[in-house]
Amino acid sequence: MSQQASAKYLKGATGDWEIVIGMEIHAQVTSKAKLFSGASAEYGGAPNDHVSLVDAAMPGMLPVINEECVRQAVRTGLGLEAQINLRSIFDRKNYFYPDLPQGYQISQYKYPIVGEGVVIVDVSPTERISVGIERLHLEQDAGKSLHDLSPTESHVDLNRSGVALMEIVSKPDMHSAEEARAYVSKLRTILRYIGSCDGNMEQGSLRADVNVSVRRPGEKLGTRCEIKNVNSIRFIGQAIEVEARRQIGILEDGGEIAQETRLFDPGKGETRSMRSKEEAHDYRYFPDPDLLPLEFDQAYVDGLKGQLPELPDAKRARFIEQYALPPYDAGVLVMERASADFFEQTAKGRDAKLAANWVINELFGRLNKEGFDVAQSPVSAAALGAIVDLISSNIISGKIAKDLFEIVWSEGGDPAQIVEARGMKQVTDTGAIEAAVDAVIAANPDKVEQARAKPTMLGWFVGQVMKQTGGKANPQTVNDLLKRKLDV
Amino acid sequence: MSVDPSVVRRIAHLSRIAVDENEVSRLNGEINAILSFVETLSSVNVEGIEPITSVLPMQMKKRPDVVTDGGIVDDILVNAPAREDHYFVVPKVIE
Amino acid sequence: MSELTHLTLAQARDALRSKKISATELTKAHLSAMEKARLLNCYITETPELALEQARQSDFRITQGSAGPLEGLPIGVKDLYCTKGVRTTAASRILDQFTPTYESTVSSNLMRDGAISLGKLNLDEFAMGSSNETSAFGPVISPWRRHSDPSAKIVPGGSSGGSSAAVAAHLCLGATATDTGGSIRQPAAFTGTVGIKPTYGRCSRWGIVAFASSLDQAGPITRTVQDAAIMLRSMAGHDAKDTTSVDAPVPDYEKAIGSSVKGRRIGVPKEYRIEGMSPEILQFWDQGVAWLKDAGAEIVEISLPHTKYALPTYYIIAPAEASSNLARYDGVRYGLRQAGRDIADMYEKTRAKGFGSEVRRRIMIGTYVLSAGYYDAYYVRAQKVRSLIKQDFDLAFAVGVDAVLTPATPSTAFAQGEQGSNDPVEMYLNDVFTVTVNMAGLPGIAVPGGCAANGLPLGLQLIGRPFDEETLFALASAIEHAAPKIEYPKPWWA
Repeated sequence: MSQQASAKYLKGATGDWEIVIGMEIHAQVTSKAKLFSGASAEYGGAPNDHVSLVDAAMPGMLPVINEECVRQAVRTGLGLEAQINLRSIFDRKNYFYPDLPQGYQISQYKYPIVGEGVVIVDVSPTERISVGIERLHLEQDAGKSLHDLSPTESHVDLNRSGVALMEIVSKPDMHSAEEARAYVSKLRTILRYIGSCDGNMEQGSLRADVNVSVRRPGEKLGTRCEIKNVNSIRFIGQAIEVEARRQIGILEDGGEIAQETRLFDPGKGETRSMRSKEEAHDYRYFPDPDLLPLEFDQAYVDGLKGQLPELPDAKRARFIEQYALPPYDAGVLVMERASADFFEQTAKGRDAKLAANWVINELFGRLNKEGFDVAQSPVSAAALGAIVDLISSNIISGKIAKDLFEIVWSEGGDPAQIVEARGMKQVTDTGAIEAAVDAVIAANPDKVEQARAKPTMLGWFVGQVMKQTGGKANPQTVNDLLKRKLDV
Repeated sequence: MSVDPSVVRRIAHLSRIAVDENEVSRLNGEINAILSFVETLSSVNVEGIEPITSVLPMQMKKRPDVVTDGGIVDDILVNAPAREDHYFVVPKVIE
Repeated sequence: MSELTHLTLAQARDALRSKKISATELTKAHLSAMEKARLLNCYITETPELALEQARQSDFRITQGSAGPLEGLPIGVKDLYCTKGVRTTAASRILDQFTPTYESTVSSNLMRDGAISLGKLNLDEFAMGSSNETSAFGPVISPWRRHSDPSAKIVPGGSSGGSSAAVAAHLCLGATATDTGGSIRQPAAFTGTVGIKPTYGRCSRWGIVAFASSLDQAGPITRTVQDAAIMLRSMAGHDAKDTTSVDAPVPDYEKAIGSSVKGRRIGVPKEYRIEGMSPEILQFWDQGVAWLKDAGAEIVEISLPHTKYALPTYYIIAPAEASSNLARYDGVRYGLRQAGRDIADMYEKTRAKGFGSEVRRRIMIGTYVLSAGYYDAYYVRAQKVRSLIKQDFDLAFAVGVDAVLTPATPSTAFAQGEQGSNDPVEMYLNDVFTVTVNMAGLPGIAVPGGCAANGLPLGLQLIGRPFDEETLFALASAIEHAAPKIEYPKPWWA
């Protein structure tokens, strides 16, 4: 499926190298309470305020699973077209760390709730790849250690301890930073459509561990390094590039890659080894005896499947089909569910292509400039639809429409009324336009001569007529009249 | 199977229990005694037998997604050996 | 006052109901007995003020006519149960001055029904032991003495040694206990008391310091079968905070006491006749069989072929779970902390100082059997054998056996230091008859059947179908009825 372009190979001093990338995404499950306790899962809070006795691992405390987290994991699995396992097992992953109160993380090791699936990723307008999903499992987040409050001590806040995460493990199906970025972006879109994760990377709701290795094209997989906890899509791309370069450098110098965990430092633009995580990786997984197997029936899964919203791939296909949009435009519109909804409201009963142009070019452009998301748009879908209507019915020109958009953006109001009140209507009265055309021709005899010799001069005349009419003349009418009168 | 002193030291470290050399040799003997006691299990035919997951044939109950807990920072910290400004305090952790 | 401590729990209940005695005087009698019995070291923490305050409230409720089923009855609580505002130690140094802000579900159920807590009872550290010699607070001395050398300090069994000794010495009317491999039944057998480990899931584990989660179960130790039935009814029940607890109604177990056992089929497993078993124990077992036969039960020989693997299986599964359950004792959030040069050093020093040698050994064994390369050979294999052990019982019950009768222990109690000092496995063998029951999650009761030639008590064990504690109470009360009455030791310690 992936058309491996040779352009994707990295050039080293001794030839081409291929990057192989797999990812483990930790996505915080959207839920009110934690995975195994009734404490709030909300981001923030005063230190140790969102903490129950269970989260602090007090003696004798026991986990009780939150049904919503199970539901969200199943829905996400369905969104990844993955196998849903009707029986899965929670295991303990044992290690000592101050922000891991139990001394183990409850996770799923051998029997995850979701098995293999797939994500279709558009890397560019012309390139589409499919990335395999290995598995998705539920697990607890750890607390947070703060190392900068004191020179000799670390401070521990357990508010995050026990918050539900979905770990989504991809297959090593990506071969460039662009593909990896596009994959994370697509996964984030799917999660946000489903509503199982808010995808907020700044708050850590979505974090990526990136496995990178390099090899000579066609050869077997190289030794990989895991770059932990990369928290923005941009950094994911940068981290992959610098890590791949580092590995190629070592290999070309005749060295070997040590399998290890590394951290990306965006400031220095490099990855460095996390030696503290290296010692004695022996997690001693075993089934958590406090929890019975997690079981549900196919009817439960089918019920959730029936209630899933339309997902981005299906929506994109429908937009292409229903609105005859170019695939790329359709892809842009479905990136966010809210944008797609905005588009559909704007396009309803109108010229959908025109509506799509306006949503993508004018609206999204303007929103990006202001750093707004679509929900914050000062121009409603109805108002944008009204602008589209005014263009379609030739009441205003495309140029005037941009001015109108600006007015509605900054002042609000009903577009049709604004056009009426401010005299922005396009002049379609041929008599008035003809008068203007005649005036321009009369005033510029020399230019007339030139235009007859060189028809491209026509544009200059169009500009002059538009100037005379305050931009309101219908450009097509002006064009036709000029052609006739200048006889070109 | 039996362990040697290096394994004993490794297990002690995995368990985060400090052991001195005298203890290593004592523990080595004790652990080997226990391992030889459990050795008999290797003679049981377990082919086709599933490991037990629960002695009870019951389904795990799930709780509704409601915030019912938290907001008890004093209870959380009251027994802490070291705390400051509602945080637990530990010797510096180097990442 | 001493007669008050010699009432059974049922007798005391009836006397309180009929207002012949008050909760306050009953409590005072016990507090005074406890004071005189400190030599036995049954209690780690005595809570006389709290007990007297509870007694005052009980007396008030009795006058008000709003008394609970256990109103005014003074009991002891094993110090593995977290108790709100009262230091909880698990008999370990590592918990230091840990004072829970919460009450375990089982102890809270008992208080809800009006029971009065006299204090926290000694045990083996983290319930790991069979003689109560591993407690960081010193061993418990049994009130029982051997005829041959009365000066020997006899162990009360373990891990619920404080519970069994306190009940046998009349330092409470009953006690809570826990049982992971025999920790209720073995100490009960060693002290001539009654102890029941109910079906796994019958009692909530919430708030009880965990040893091995898939095996741990709470239960009572009392002086009579009826008292055990009364206590268990209050202790048992579903708890939404423990998803391994069972959502099923709790029967009135007391009604089973004295009910007919005619026609009940009792299985006698041939594999429990282990090599080297003393003739006295074998004879005692036969006596138990005879008592039940006389009561109208039908005796059938059964086979539980995987019995001999139960103890080795236990010594993989229990330490594995314990190694993980005890990881939380790291000196960060509660309990002991030993300073170290960095965090890892702090952990290692804290845990080396905080845990006693038996606990350290079991954590290390557990860590080993779960570690990479050994997990399948030890842990997974043990969990498979556990399936086989459970199947043995399933098959026996499937052919119509109502309960299984065995000796509770392979010997009578021994003296301090007599077992396990050179070889830990020697001590582990104490649980050889009880541990199968935990492996299969079944209910098991130990009931005294008399004394051996050395003057120390002997106990029989009955094993029942899942959630059929009622049959066990009926059969145990038949044995209690038939057996010579236990004469508890006169208070030589007072």
